[in-house]
Amino acid sequence: MDYGYTIFILLLPLFSFLVLGLVGMKMSHKAAGLIGTCSLGLVTILSYYCAFQYFSADRVHGIYQTIVPYNFTWLPLGNLNFDMGIMLDPISVMMLIVISTVSFMVHIYSFGYMHGEKGFQRYYAFLSLFTMSMLGLVLATNIFQMYMFWELVGVSSYLLIGFYYPLHAAVAASKKAFIVTRFADGFFLVGILIFGFYTGSFSFSFVGQPAPLLMGGGSTPFIIGDAAKAVAAGGFILPTALTLMFIGGAGKSAMFPLHIWLPDAMEGPTPVSALIHAATMVVAGVYQVARMFPLWIEYAPQAMSIIVWIGVITAFYAAAVACAQTDIKRVLAFSTISQIAFMMVALGVCTEAVTGHEHPGSVGYLAGMFHLFTHAMFKACLFLGAGCIIHAVHSNEMALMGGLRKYMPVTHITFLISCLAIAGIPFFSGFSSKDEIISACMNYSPVVGWIMTGIAAMTAFYMFRLYYGIFWGTENKEAHEHHTPHEAPLTMTVPLIVLSVITVGVGIYTTLAGFLGWGGSFGSFVSADGHDYTIHFDATVAAVSTVIAICSICLATYIYKGEEQPIADRLYTTFPKLWRAAYKRFYQDEIWQFVTHKIIFRCVSRPIAWFDRHVIDGTFNFAAWGANEGGESLRVWQSGDVRQYAVWFLTGAVALTLILLAI
Amino acid sequence: MVPVQCYFVLSALLFFIGVYGFVTRRNLIAMLISIELVLNAVDINFAAFNRLLFPGLNEGFFMTLFSIGISAAESAVAIAIILNVYRNFKSDTVDSITNLKN
Amino acid sequence: MANIVMFAILAVVILGSAVMCVTTKRIMRAATFMLFVLFGVAGLYFLLDYTYLGAAQISVYAGGVTMIYVFAIQLVSKRTLQGMVEKIKCSRAIGAAVLAVVGLATVAFVFLKNELICRAADVVDAEVPMRTIGQALVGSEKYQYVLPFEFISIFLLACIIGALVVSRKVKED
Repeated sequence: MDYGYTIFILLLPLFSFLVLGLVGMKMSHKAAGLIGTCSLGLVTILSYYCAFQYFSADRVHGIYQTIVPYNFTWLPLGNLNFDMGIMLDPISVMMLIVISTVSFMVHIYSFGYMHGEKGFQRYYAFLSLFTMSMLGLVLATNIFQMYMFWELVGVSSYLLIGFYYPLHAAVAASKKAFIVTRFADGFFLVGILIFGFYTGSFSFSFVGQPAPLLMGGGSTPFIIGDAAKAVAAGGFILPTALTLMFIGGAGKSAMFPLHIWLPDAMEGPTPVSALIHAATMVVAGVYQVARMFPLWIEYAPQAMSIIVWIGVITAFYAAAVACAQTDIKRVLAFSTISQIAFMMVALGVCTEAVTGHEHPGSVGYLAGMFHLFTHAMFKACLFLGAGCIIHAVHSNEMALMGGLRKYMPVTHITFLISCLAIAGIPFFSGFSSKDEIISACMNYSPVVGWIMTGIAAMTAFYMFRLYYGIFWGTENKEAHEHHTPHEAPLTMTVPLIVLSVITVGVGIYTTLAGFLGWGGSFGSFVSADGHDYTIHFDATVAAVSTVIAICSICLATYIYKGEEQPIADRLYTTFPKLWRAAYKRFYQDEIWQFVTHKIIFRCVSRPIAWFDRHVIDGTFNFAAWGANEGGESLRVWQSGDVRQYAVWFLTGAVALTLILLAI
Repeated sequence: MVPVQCYFVLSALLFFIGVYGFVTRRNLIAMLISIELVLNAVDINFAAFNRLLFPGLNEGFFMTLFSIGISAAESAVAIAIILNVYRNFKSDTVDSITNLKN
Repeated sequence: MANIVMFAILAVVILGSAVMCVTTKRIMRAATFMLFVLFGVAGLYFLLDYTYLGAAQISVYAGGVTMIYVFAIQLVSKRTLQGMVEKIKCSRAIGAAVLAVVGLATVAFVFLKNELICRAADVVDAEVPMRTIGQALVGSEKYQYVLPFEFISIFLLACIIGALVVSRKVKED
């Protein structure tokens, strides 16, 4: 089975980045856009073909084999090598499909959205760079390659958020994103180094091998370099390394308290927000945990509770803040944070054996990955829809929108489909994934399960608040007189239609599969131990979550649908401080500012700067001053008098003779 | 024959008289004259040693001969320099040439 | 015996003239005393049977160099000739005297410690023949001095040219 063509999945976007970056300014906008989009189209075709080939191959012992078509040593360093390569296994192939599909849709969409913008070619170049980096991240064969592409993804994000660089807000946002993620990546790097040092290798050689714990008994141990050395060095080494790596992932995936960059990252163009900050880059942290999952299970099961609780706190925090935002992109950003927290929690609860299912303990992993897939689709659809709306209304604020359903039917329908999906209504894809997550949480601990159900209800609530705020409610008549909002052009609506079709299609199939026990659902492709896992929906959990979701939607309809919103206004007046705090995102930014300015800058940086200026520079200045003074004092001896020179000369000669005689 | 110590003492005395003169005098030409005394002392030394200690060889003789020649040349150049100094500084004392001071 | 008497007379002349030369305040007198020293040294050479050397001393030193000095004095030290004298600083004189005495003592000490002078060889009481001198000056074998001879010729030429260059009058433009 030849997978040699997979190298082109990485090379095509790289090549298009170089071409567009170097000669893009000489091309017309259309040519640049076509080059970017066509290369992405090719990448998508290759990814689908690769997925088809991979998943239709035979399983060995019931597991899809991990295939490594390319792996070469890039930097040999004694025992530890830095390799570069491509690795295909169920989750990386799944991510290939997600990334290429969403990226392709965004490329097509950007034709319409960025039409006429200065820097069009630069935009497509950066999009290609980002796609290449993200693909490299998921296809990495070792943790260090993943780290390299991780950083590249961060750079692409920085470049794209700051695309409108004349705007001060955009520049500040891009810097903030880069600095926060870079700060988290510091922890990631330390984790990698500890891991590499103690286990003797960076590579993911453990992927695809059976997991003893999940199999319920001692069987073949993992082969991760020198695992025995790691364990012998102390039970804390591997959990510490994994937790540090998780912190890095938390920064990239906007977990509390490192989430502060994501809402501000909405300063970038909306297709960028769709691609990077909804579907692909922000799930890099989730992907990293999933990649290291066998290690988490085997060596650090207790540490997974950290993941669970950080995820729960993040999800709740983000949902609470989203209920009070008025900028539609901010609402979607916080919704993203919340959903990613769902994925993290799903991965984190995957430790205990789950009774009543075919294979113990693998539900959480499966559910997290599945939610990643579905979320990417419907969140991208939501963001692109928001882009259409912004394009029509020329503003982000909900206050200026309302009643747009008459003017923008396609956007309206696709947005509604995605909202239903995120709320978890059956027959939409979000239902299947979210239901699995909640059932996994319930089996881990009922407390977590009910909290996540509550957050799911909040999700439905604020999403429909958003929906009604945009498409129903009072129209902004005076703005509409100046400029009637119109439906977006085809290039922008086709991606919306495609993504919502995927959402609905996957939703229908998996809902029916879950209830009727069909195979061939997500679980047959991706699961924790690799074996085929047929999803069965637990009827109670499914019913409860559906009912709660419908109740939240009704509540939102009741409060927000009408022309007037008396209840909402009354809530504002009753809880002004609470609303204000939620609107200000519970002052997280201010807290971070305080920590950095007052504590770090004043107490750490300033003494160090003082030391540098006065002690280090002072030493050299003092040495120079000393040399100067010495020279000045010696200068006086030069009298310019020849006779005196002769006297000294002779004296010296005589003295020397006497000394030599004495000796 | 006169013993060699006498020649030696004579040349040493002449040498240090010349040194004394060089250090003491301010007039440039007087300093040069003192230098001539020094050179002559050295010449006496060479000649005496050669004649009285190494009679078969002639190195000292030729050394003295060449030293006389060289002293003449050196005096000429030094006088030329002094003439230049006199033209520029309008003075014939060594105190006036203090450009290198400090 | 006669040698020693002759030597004593010459020594007195030389040393007396030298002392007067360095202590006199009038520059012309210094030049004259130097002339006497040079004549004395030439006499010493004749005493040593180096007639050629003595002749060279008289012609080059006493004749040529002294003339240079006299001309230079005429050109440069106008005021001195007119009677204005040079003052000699007392402290400097004492310092120089001390230095001279110390140096003398050192040199004497070195010399007397040395065994070199104990070997007083038999002296052939004849002068170096002219033929030997001539052949040595232009011969190129060992102990023969054609190279220094040629070198000194060029050196003299260079010094003449140098002196001319240094002392020529700069044309006022």
